[in-house]
Amino acid sequence: MPEAMQVLQSGVPVSWYLILSAVLFTLGVAGFLLRRSVITVFMCIELMLNAVNLSFVAFSNQHKDVSGNIFTFFVMVVAAAEAAVGLAIILTVFKNRQTLNIDEINTLKN
Amino acid sequence: MDLAFFFVFSAIALICAINVVLQRHPISSALSLVGVMGSLAVLYLQLGGEFIAMAQIIVYAGAVMVLFIFVIMLLNAGAESRSGKASWTAPLLGIPALLAFLGFTVYYFLRGFNNAGVVKFGGYTGGSAAGVGISLFTDYLLPFEVTSVLILIAIVGAIVLARKEMD
Repeated sequence: MPEAMQVLQSGVPVSWYLILSAVLFTLGVAGFLLRRSVITVFMCIELMLNAVNLSFVAFSNQHKDVSGNIFTFFVMVVAAAEAAVGLAIILTVFKNRQTLNIDEINTLKN
Repeated sequence: MDLAFFFVFSAIALICAINVVLQRHPISSALSLVGVMGSLAVLYLQLGGEFIAMAQIIVYAGAVMVLFIFVIMLLNAGAESRSGKASWTAPLLGIPALLAFLGFTVYYFLRGFNNAGVVKFGGYTGGSAAGVGISLFTDYLLPFEVTSVLILIAIVGAIVLARKEMD
């Protein structure tokens, strides 16, 4: 089976990584829309950031340029800062409202 | 071999990501998210991003997720309740838009990146610690320094938000 061996020897197309990234991003948005717990919604944001990071690294590989890796590094830094501040906000909200349900956290509405 | 690696770890990432969305208990979601991040780190390694792969494991799967799990335990967050009035506008409008988005992006990636080349392990090694470090401290020095200010602001903000009221 020389053809099957050739398929096994050949690499992975760049587009497959990009499609995986798109599917992960979509799952993140779906969780963001469907979930009611504020912590899970926050985790879905992290999932979206990770999906975008995968495309950055894939493009970096495609163009043989390290800039994509640097961008991923900065996204990671911003995500870490965002997680720290966001979780502090969640702690404060829970302390004041005793709820984690996003439908009940509606002080800014109306 | 590259294909086998890609299939195994993309399957793990997809299953864990679906699990993140479907699990009702936040701690199950958090542990599934660690699975996504770990398998993505393997894919980064395959794509030549050695430094990013290690940073992914240390920063994301390590530090950020530990922070999440600490907060889940601190708040004693149980399974989310399905009762009560939930807004259905977002899913009703969002899911079709999301499926359209997924369809367009997959179509575009398949068409536009059809002959964008293939990824082989070891085919690109510019993402090593040396490569990333040289680029970070020459071309991207100013963003790097600004990032340190951002982190400082985030630390101060988190402490101010989460401290106990003294009065």
